[in-house]
Amino acid sequence: MPALLLPVLYKSLIKLSLHQRQLRGHSSRMAHGALGLLRSRLSASKIRLLLLCGVTEQHHSPAKWPERGFSSVQGSQDGPGESSSEDHVTVHFINRDGERLTTTAKEGQSLLEVVVNHNLAIDGFGACEGTLACSTCHLIFDKDTFQKLGAISDEELDMLDLAYGLTDTSRLGCQVCVKKSMDGVTVRVPMDVSDMRKQLEVGKQSKQ
Amino acid sequence: PRVCVVGSGPAGFYTAQHILKHHGGALVDIYEKLPVPFGLVRFGVAPDHPEVKNVINTFTQTAQSERCAYYGNVTVGRDVTVPELQRAYHAVVLSYGAEDNRVLGIPGENLAGVYSARAFVGWYNGLPENQGLKPDLSCETALILGHGNVALDIARILLSPLQLLRKTDITDSSLAALACSKVKRVWLVGRRGPLQVAFTIKELREMINLPGARAVLDPADFTGLESAIKDAPRPRKRLTELMMKTALEKPVEAAAGAAAPREWGLKFQRSPQAVLPSADGSRARGIRMALTHLQGSGDSAKAIPTGDVEELECGLVLSSIGYRSLPLDPAVPFDSQRGVIPNSSGRVEGVPGLYCSGWVKRGPTGVIITTMNDSFDTAQSVLEDLQGGVLDVSPSREGFGLVESILRSRGVRPVSFSDWQKIDAAEVARGKAAGKPREKIVDPAEMLQIIGH
Repeated sequence: MPALLLPVLYKSLIKLSLHQRQLRGHSSRMAHGALGLLRSRLSASKIRLLLLCGVTEQHHSPAKWPERGFSSVQGSQDGPGESSSEDHVTVHFINRDGERLTTTAKEGQSLLEVVVNHNLAIDGFGACEGTLACSTCHLIFDKDTFQKLGAISDEELDMLDLAYGLTDTSRLGCQVCVKKSMDGVTVRVPMDVSDMRKQLEVGKQSKQ
Repeated sequence: PRVCVVGSGPAGFYTAQHILKHHGGALVDIYEKLPVPFGLVRFGVAPDHPEVKNVINTFTQTAQSERCAYYGNVTVGRDVTVPELQRAYHAVVLSYGAEDNRVLGIPGENLAGVYSARAFVGWYNGLPENQGLKPDLSCETALILGHGNVALDIARILLSPLQLLRKTDITDSSLAALACSKVKRVWLVGRRGPLQVAFTIKELREMINLPGARAVLDPADFTGLESAIKDAPRPRKRLTELMMKTALEKPVEAAAGAAAPREWGLKFQRSPQAVLPSADGSRARGIRMALTHLQGSGDSAKAIPTGDVEELECGLVLSSIGYRSLPLDPAVPFDSQRGVIPNSSGRVEGVPGLYCSGWVKRGPTGVIITTMNDSFDTAQSVLEDLQGGVLDVSPSREGFGLVESILRSRGVRPVSFSDWQKIDAAEVARGKAAGKPREKIVDPAEMLQIIGH
């Protein structure tokens, strides 16, 4: 049963959203033509992401959602079947424990897909599977990288507004695509309420 | 170590998930009173918000993992008590949420035409206990008391074009009722002002952009707010700016010959005093509200009646003033005033080995990420106690082995996760013909029949 679920669990953003998103009242102010058909079935955010990542429905390969083991496997791993010759952008994630998780990503993948495909040890990341319905893929960038990222939509801002530990250089990982110029970038997973408590606990213990 | 979780909504599942992930030997059993899992993700999240329900995928993975088991159709507190669970497991986590709602406590609250938001949401989402609601949608004006996301959800469901709702997992019977609905105007009424609204910007934006409906916001409600929000945190600022922008926009002229758009609006600083009865005294025909002024500012502002009142005509009143948890078992301490189980980081006060997570721990507010973080917090407490020896895991416990014989002696037959998947498959198959993701089965007896119980 789990094997059957793998492709189902995390399809490409486009395929998933075609079945799930309905026409919203606020159509995007996008060009007609080739996007006309997509527009009628996708939300504005999805269209922006498609343009951002430079992919079309036909060419985007589905992100894999490898089965998450429940042992504490940490560090980076390539997702099954990922060809390393195409993964040439190095991305570092600092998780909530302060650990640095390093992985190589494909240009055009969203950072959420990178975390999922490489099974990175970040708790509760990407609950809504990249559909802009939560803020659990919240990531913090350095100022320089942040400023070079693509434009942020109202829809992303709306969800970011609900994120814990919001900063001036925060973005949602599902809306940020890997570019060659991001090679070597470091992004930070923000602390949440429970982590603050952990920090306090650790602080207390070290004083004894 | 054996851990038991009571409740299979987001709180239960995220707590289970976190314990399983960070403890390689823990076994976690999740109990649920309904045959079907997922709690508010299935019964609370609006039908037109399917993306929010994607968390079901990760919960499904958890339920199917080796060290996790799901037992539906088991009502803790009746079929098995909490002390019995504590004998069977090393740790028990209560994540059973908030099944009740706060009451207005005003005259006329029990008239026909007045419903709790919780019951209305349960009705259109297929919650078995609310299927008999039969809400009367034959009036033109509906009034929702409350300025939270649940209030917006209900307004949106009442005013959404039917062709949009038809493709969702909203129940067939509520779709039929909405098809006959005469409701064309919805007011959302709150005691305090624009700066105290509890709904969030995504849901507000959705309402503003709803096809076939126009927003009616009074610019006078927003005078002077620009300076008040100048230094506000970004979320409050953006939310208020969107309301202000909408209030100041000229309404779009309807195309010639087109049906008049449906309307919705926000009313502020009005506190309900009484629901007014119709001439024959049988049903609601309006509401009398006290006008208030605000004392203090921000989240802690209080609404004080000015002495003036206002009446509003309406035939449907929905009170959306908050969910509420109920006590589960005499062995579990409960703070009836706050409606939560007294706890510290999820550890139930005075009862070692007992924990809580989700709304029953913190109160009934927040979105899925709030509950996720909270559940991880409780799971962390359990893990710490397992590791630090606070929980004595040396005596082995029987877990479901013990519970099973208790249930059998009481004539209770639990529903397994693969049983749920049969029900799931049946719902999806039924929905397919109608172009819906699923047609929910709303009768527990039918669910049990499908799985041969």
